[in-house]
Amino acid sequence: MSDKKSPPIGGVIERGGTAHEYTTGGWRKFKPVVDHEKCINCLICWVVCPDSAIIAEEGKMIGFDMEHCKGCGLCASECPDKITAITMEEEAD
Amino acid sequence: MAIARNKREQMGLTGNSAVAMAMKQVNPDVFPAYPITPSTTVVEEFSSYVADGAVDTEFIAVESEHSAMSACVGAAAAGARVMTATSSQGLALMWEVLYIASGLRLPIVLCDGNRALSSPINIHCDHSDTMGARDSGWIHLYSETVQEAYDNIFQAVRIAEHPDVMLPVMVCLDGFITTHAIENVTPIGDEEAQEFVGEYKAKNSLLDTDNPVTVGAMALQEPYMVFKYQQSEAIKKAKDVVIEVGKEFEEKFGREYGLFESYRLEDAEVAVVILSSAAGTTKVAVDELRARGKKVGLLRPRLFRPLPHAEIAEALKGLKVVACLDRTDSMSGFGGPLFNDVRSVLYEVENRPLIFGRIFGLGGRDYQVKDALAVFEELLSTLETGKVDELIKYITFDPEAPLSVDGSGC
Ligand code: SF4
Ligand code: SF4
Repeated sequence: MSDKKSPPIGGVIERGGTAHEYTTGGWRKFKPVVDHEKCINCLICWVVCPDSAIIAEEGKMIGFDMEHCKGCGLCASECPDKITAITMEEEAD
Repeated sequence: MAIARNKREQMGLTGNSAVAMAMKQVNPDVFPAYPITPSTTVVEEFSSYVADGAVDTEFIAVESEHSAMSACVGAAAAGARVMTATSSQGLALMWEVLYIASGLRLPIVLCDGNRALSSPINIHCDHSDTMGARDSGWIHLYSETVQEAYDNIFQAVRIAEHPDVMLPVMVCLDGFITTHAIENVTPIGDEEAQEFVGEYKAKNSLLDTDNPVTVGAMALQEPYMVFKYQQSEAIKKAKDVVIEVGKEFEEKFGREYGLFESYRLEDAEVAVVILSSAAGTTKVAVDELRARGKKVGLLRPRLFRPLPHAEIAEALKGLKVVACLDRTDSMSGFGGPLFNDVRSVLYEVENRPLIFGRIFGLGGRDYQVKDALAVFEELLSTLETGKVDELIKYITFDPEAPLSVDGSGC
């Protein structure tokens, strides 16, 4: 909400990219851990991550944006069967 | 279907043809629709206008009414001027999205040919479809005649898009009775129509990638109520906008439209409150009784949502007895919506009139002058006794002999 007194009618958010400000990392129960030895940089995890939490640079899978990774495990299950570079580990409480 | 003598003179038009013609003259950007009886010919004729190149509209043929209203929402959020038409089950299937349209404050215009809801399946007129949507946050205009339905389309655009309002509007006309009956209509010219509705410039558009916006974001405990408050204030303001737009329409085109029509009400002792085409039938009964010296009148709400409560109270306050006739049953065990609203409105009136509710004409069952006369007889006898005999009752119907002798029409 840009103006606290009179937010834009209809609940429209009048600027882009605001999802970045909402950190979904706090939802996490399990965290993804990547084994860079196994990873072939196919970037399937980058495509499927619902929170754009896979950090990729110059065609390489670098790691995770833990502010936004909600621990859904999609990346781990979609990482090719022969590779299985991502495992989900329980978050320390 | 149109029988025209002269371009600027009267035309013989069905309600649906008149509505389609008004929509053509508005020339909306997008028209998503799924045809359904009795509003089918609005969609059919409008799609012909699109095919003939008579409009610049993008016609979207969808697979259901849920999709039709969803496409309306998407297009309106993209900044387009959007219209559609439906009836009955079609409106019912739109239900979920009706609330989204009003909550997102999108000025969509919908025309509903009022038709009974299933079950049993029935294609004829009653108001159960739009009355079920009366809490959906849409503005509701009920039209008595073909002319009024035609005129309401132009006014609906202006009301919906008014910056103080920004809410969707449904224009209701009685299925078959008005949608399919040919009446004399005096159309307005294409240029005049364009001038009246003006150009629509949406505040923001989903397609404007330079100024990205999010539409339909989540709003939980704190903000949700803020947006509902804004919406509630906006629909209240719609009342003044309806008056203002009606005045401008009258100045330009000579036909008068307000919040409701008062018919021979000034010195009346008893009156009927009734919506849409049945008001015409009731006015004949009013005239007959007036000729016999009875002080009877009628009030026909045009704007039903928002409810012009103070104005209705003012118009009815001098009366002794009022009968509210609903063409639907709320199935609350306590009469129809019009009865409940008007009864509630009268609560604030000093020496308030007695009131009773009657349910009539469901599923297209005939409502004739004799039926209106019978209601006035009840009103006049209540005036004499000072006591309401039966608060709520079905009329145009005898529970002892519910079907006519040959069972025709069942
Ligand atoms: S666990 Fe889910 S949210 Fe986190 S990086 Fe993998 S796919 Fe994205
Ligand atoms: S899906 Fe697996 S192999 Fe492919 S980039 Fe991601 S972690 Fe590496």
